[in-house]
Amino acid sequence: MYITDHPILGAEENTEMVNITVDGVPLRVRKGSMIAAALLANGIKVNRYTLKHHEPRGVFCGIGQCTDCVMIVNGQPNVRTCITPVEENMVIMTQNKD
Amino acid sequence: MLVNRQVAIIGGGPAGLTAAIEAAKVGAQVLIIDENARPGGQLFKQIHKFFGSKAHNAGVRGMDIGLNLLKETEESGAETWLNSTVIGLYEGNRLSVVRTMEDGSKKIHTVQAEKILIATGSQENTINFDGWTIPGVMGAGCAQTMINVNRVMPGTKALMVGSGNVGLMVSYQMLQAGIDVLGVVEAAPKISGYNVHAAKICRAGVPFYLRHTIIHAEADESGTLCRATIAALDEKWNPSPNTEQSFDVNLVCIAAGLRPLAKLAQMYGVEHGFIPELGGWMPLHDENMETNIQGIYVAGDTAGVEEANTAMDEGRLAGISIAQSLQLLPDQEAEQCKAEIRARLESLRLGPFGERRLQAKNRIVKKEVQL
Ligand code: FES
Repeated sequence: MYITDHPILGAEENTEMVNITVDGVPLRVRKGSMIAAALLANGIKVNRYTLKHHEPRGVFCGIGQCTDCVMIVNGQPNVRTCITPVEENMVIMTQNKD
Repeated sequence: MLVNRQVAIIGGGPAGLTAAIEAAKVGAQVLIIDENARPGGQLFKQIHKFFGSKAHNAGVRGMDIGLNLLKETEESGAETWLNSTVIGLYEGNRLSVVRTMEDGSKKIHTVQAEKILIATGSQENTINFDGWTIPGVMGAGCAQTMINVNRVMPGTKALMVGSGNVGLMVSYQMLQAGIDVLGVVEAAPKISGYNVHAAKICRAGVPFYLRHTIIHAEADESGTLCRATIAALDEKWNPSPNTEQSFDVNLVCIAAGLRPLAKLAQMYGVEHGFIPELGGWMPLHDENMETNIQGIYVAGDTAGVEEANTAMDEGRLAGISIAQSLQLLPDQEAEQCKAEIRARLESLRLGPFGERRLQAKNRIVKKEVQL
């Protein structure tokens, strides 16, 4: 869910959207927002699975320090999605899903 | 590619930017390197008004201080590389940087600088309870970033673990964003942050669970958080049997303090000390924010976790010291500026919390820290 109105921050001025796909599913998300945040806004909380035990991981630090949020972005794995903004036509995949 | 600059600043948060401004405005050739798409560090998630005196931006919101700093940095003439990560600090004051170019491509650059300031900030601590890795469990600062910077809801029903100032303020900011805060859990027998912050969430009806800790988190079939369980602590700080309480939450925030992020200083062999009042292991510095290695400076949370206001003044102190040692500032003028900043820093480190930090900082400068 996006926070459109906020007592301190006011109404969201940035309403421009871009198109991305996540695991093949098309989504329209707020332009310039970080990938992990755009996904959270759409209820997607799992960004990757661990290699050995296949456990889900999601955002944990939100500022690029923990690597729990890494995903495959435009074919490139291990992209920290909490500090990487969405771009038009970005192809995003859950890392190590199967 | 080898790039030469007089001054390289790693981290464009409050400490890095103020240092850059001070050094650049007297003519130093300054390069700021920051990993993020926008400088300002963690100022933009601080939507609350700062405390302190007029000289310390009292009553101004962190995010507005951030905007001012960005403007001043630009006017100072300092150069900034964004989306660029320093991956190493090597002999001869050389930095290895993965730089993002204007066309989006990445290149490895070596930056050699006469003076280097490490202002990489701090990192949140965590608590390793059963289920702490489940998506939906996150640092309090992470939730704060999602809400105030990205403007998305990281969850709808939350439990806060930790009642320090971060725990209290983020709880309040979650309420402001429309998140239901079911409780604040604190292991100590009393709330550990300021009363002003605690009062705001008390008034909103959020219960405090003192002498309690989180023991368990559960995921639903999608693998994400759906329930958290807390328990009371006995006199030995162990969970007591039959005191468990469960909450249906999809967000657990951990506010267990911060520790300095100083990997680069460690890599370069800067002398470290253990100072619990300032977050644990950290690089040590002298009264000019210079480390035991000549030309390497630290400031802000990297030099001991405090707050944005102290970080900004430590940054200024480092920036002026750097300018002075590059002979861009006459000694007398520099010493006078530094004395003013040191006095300001001292006045910031007041009160029951500040005083412990002041004493710890004095120990560092007087070289009385256990190594
Ligand atoms: S959430 Fe920690 S790196 Fe992205």
